[in-house]
Amino acid sequence: MSEHIVPVKVYITIFLVLLAGTLLTVLAAFHDFTYHLGSRTFALNTPIALAIAVTKATFVVLYFMHVRYSTRLVWVIVTSALFWLVILFALTFADYWTRGWFSIGW
Amino acid sequence: MRAIEAFEPPPPSKVNYINAQYGLKSWLLTKDHKRIALLYLGSITFFFFIGGLYALMIRLELLTPQGDLLQSTTYNKVFTQHGIIMIFFFLIPSIPATLGNFLVPMMIGAKDLAFPRVNLLSWYIYMLGGVITIYALLAGGVDTGWTFYTPFSTTFSNSYVVATGLGIFVNGFSSILTGLNFIVTIHTMRAPGMTWFRLPLFIWSHYATSLIMILGTPVVAITILLLAFERVARVGIFDPALGGDPILFQHLFWFYSHPAVYIMVLPSMGVVSELIANFSRKNIFGYKFVAFSSLAIAVFGFLVWGHHLFVTSQSVYAGMIFSFLSFAVAIPSAIKVFNWTATLFKSSISYDTPMLYALGFIGLFTIGGMTGLFLASLATDVHLSDTYFVVAHFHYIMVGGALMGYLGGLHYWWPKISGRMYPEGWGRFAALVIFVGFNLTFLPQFVAGYLGMPRRYHAYPPEFQVFNVLSTAGASILGFGMLIPAIYLVWSMRYGKHAEANPWHLPGLEWRTQSPPPTENFEHTPIVDWEAYEFAPPEEMEVVGRFRRELETA
Repeated sequence: MSEHIVPVKVYITIFLVLLAGTLLTVLAAFHDFTYHLGSRTFALNTPIALAIAVTKATFVVLYFMHVRYSTRLVWVIVTSALFWLVILFALTFADYWTRGWFSIGW
Repeated sequence: MRAIEAFEPPPPSKVNYINAQYGLKSWLLTKDHKRIALLYLGSITFFFFIGGLYALMIRLELLTPQGDLLQSTTYNKVFTQHGIIMIFFFLIPSIPATLGNFLVPMMIGAKDLAFPRVNLLSWYIYMLGGVITIYALLAGGVDTGWTFYTPFSTTFSNSYVVATGLGIFVNGFSSILTGLNFIVTIHTMRAPGMTWFRLPLFIWSHYATSLIMILGTPVVAITILLLAFERVARVGIFDPALGGDPILFQHLFWFYSHPAVYIMVLPSMGVVSELIANFSRKNIFGYKFVAFSSLAIAVFGFLVWGHHLFVTSQSVYAGMIFSFLSFAVAIPSAIKVFNWTATLFKSSISYDTPMLYALGFIGLFTIGGMTGLFLASLATDVHLSDTYFVVAHFHYIMVGGALMGYLGGLHYWWPKISGRMYPEGWGRFAALVIFVGFNLTFLPQFVAGYLGMPRRYHAYPPEFQVFNVLSTAGASILGFGMLIPAIYLVWSMRYGKHAEANPWHLPGLEWRTQSPPPTENFEHTPIVDWEAYEFAPPEEMEVVGRFRRELETA
């Protein structure tokens, strides 16, 4: 497998993007992103922090871990790892989101 | 068969991986997968006997209904430490780190694993995790149960939870590195002609196991880290008082720890597939089904963890899904059992020691699996949860399944590993003693549990004593039985009969090199042009001949 040489400029750019993401996370933590729509309340601080974190992780995986330049087999492996994450979340939320449905006992 | 006997392996050389280098340094800095396998073998045997001592203490305490040998708090620590040592430091690394390490490169015709240094690193990480855990046990131990359930572990336990958790956290990396090494090796280092469907089933099962190791272990590592954060820094993740959810811990913990059962039993199934085919001298019935059922178990095994949460506040709807999926995982397991049985049909069976363990595995694993279905059913689980029925069930899987496979495999490949034969008579005797002792230990526990005896108590109502006396008697026989192989295997290393290259007369690649193998495994890279388990009838003599010619001309 031929090795792809990534220019140092790319690494520095990604590093700066990650620093900016960290700064953004800190700034977002000091702001209350709770919104009320009718009778419903949306607390968005955690989703926003997670969105920034996922974006940063994507950059790390694509550039620092060289996945962007890797073979299809590596892409399959990365995708299957993400799929396993989906399993973890989906079946855990299958519990959380249905707990209130059955009101007698349990 | 004649063809195989006619095959002449490369001339035996006096230099092999054991005597190629001498001195402690040559072992501690080795990058040879076979030597690393032996380092693991010694280490896990040490931990096995530590875990066994805890088991002895449990069984002695339960001999009488009164809690007269150990205080309840001590008993809590003893069963916790038995579980932690046996699961994380014996069963999980048992077959992959010893037999897998030794055989994966040899069976695919490679010189070593893909990352030999990483392989050695994994052993050091394992030892570091072991030292930390042993420190925690000596410093005062841990009393949470091996499951570390919150909020007891984060808030109420006064024992060494964080130190023990750290030991397990560190040890997890060893498992991940082993899995990574196997996957890359199997993908990239197969000998010419060793296609995916010519791979021995041992390799398929290790591939599936490695997937679980890589995909599951990080989750339990993070879970333990979160537990430590909450215990030390009071970050609210699992404790309701801090805004957390204790059931979240169980979700995260079992996401790894249920598939971990398959980390233990899948390699054992790989060993049993080898043993059944080779000691029946017959190609395995439904090779592809057995191979893909390993992958199916690895995938389905990740979808069933919620059956450990049926008696918690987990949603009943999630419970229904998990119950259904738990039944589904029985299908690939049953495929294996039926195919092994079909392989035996009208075959030429020889009842050598490894085969006795393999046959024991089939029976015991079937009992363990079937009783698992009782626990996967929502209603019966409410009755059986946290009783001795559960204890009996998982011991039938972990000991009756994983340990039987490990012992069978250890005997089967012992001539290759050590270059010596073990004493066959003693081997068969020990296999019989272990089988009897095991059943006497755990069969009564099904009944005691069904009648309502709860697990994890040091005292119990007198009506359960008869089952516990039987169980303790069985454990004594089992413990005695385990000592026999420990003694004669060590004995055989010095006094055993020298093993020839292929003492069982089998077609696998690992048997086509000297015993013990040279450091590079094969003098020349083998070229594979035969199918797995191809027991050559006379007309296939040419297959073996071709192999020999390749060796000569290479």
